[in-house]
Amino acid sequence: MRRRVFKMYVNYEKEEKWLNQMAAEGWHCVDYFFGRYIFEKGEPGEYTYRIQLLENHLKHPDSVAYLQFLEDAGIEMIATYVRWIYLRKKTASGSFELFSDRESRITHYKRIMSMLLPIAIVNFVFGVGLLGNPRPINLLNLAAACVLAIPILSYYRRMQALEKDGIIRE
Amino acid sequence: MAAEEKGALTEAVFYILLALHEPRHGYAIMQGVQELTSDRVTLGPGTLYGALSTLVEKGWITAHADDQNSRRKDYVITDLGRSVFQAELERLEELLTHAKLVQGSEKV
Repeated sequence: MRRRVFKMYVNYEKEEKWLNQMAAEGWHCVDYFFGRYIFEKGEPGEYTYRIQLLENHLKHPDSVAYLQFLEDAGIEMIATYVRWIYLRKKTASGSFELFSDRESRITHYKRIMSMLLPIAIVNFVFGVGLLGNPRPINLLNLAAACVLAIPILSYYRRMQALEKDGIIRE
Repeated sequence: MAAEEKGALTEAVFYILLALHEPRHGYAIMQGVQELTSDRVTLGPGTLYGALSTLVEKGWITAHADDQNSRRKDYVITDLGRSVFQAELERLEELLTHAKLVQGSEKV
């Protein structure tokens, strides 16, 4: 049995949580493309899902080697979206975390931030008409900047918490 | 070695350098470390690959294509990597010596 769901996430951690909630109910995501998720009915909790933003594009030798490694490790890539990869692993084969230390978690947040921040700033600048838009305020750009500000703030808070921990422990 | 490279190695980097005393590809590093530490240290895929590319950049390890599968890369420690690892071992030994010294004198 298959099911199609349309949904938009700006925060990948919320998206990941939702995919795992769906998996716990026996709906396993098998494909994603721009807000469209395909789920297949299976055993509840059979898979654990993770989402990652790669440093390089998918064809880059480093990405190719990484994807091969994931395959070796029994991790299945169900979808890619720009530099985002959607991964799952059988829950029975052990816990599935992409990052096992603080530093690498922070690096991943930084990578996402360096992608989102410029887009948010450009939208904000256009939104408030700083670059001489015909209209004094461009609401669409301003809305986009506000929407992007939500995950940016959330990632920023998580990074700060991780950095604070780092004073005591690795 | 530059001053900023004198700090402690992360546990991930320490075990990666140890595992790469012989050539290994990514998954073999992960398995090797897991076996050696009886599952205590499980390197996350993202953590492992982030560390590998940083270590290659620093010249502590080198990467070359695997003979059987060109999509796979084999990694091995360099002379520079060995000297960094040796310095870290000395630092850790010093920590242990100091701890034993203080705790030993407490008991007397």
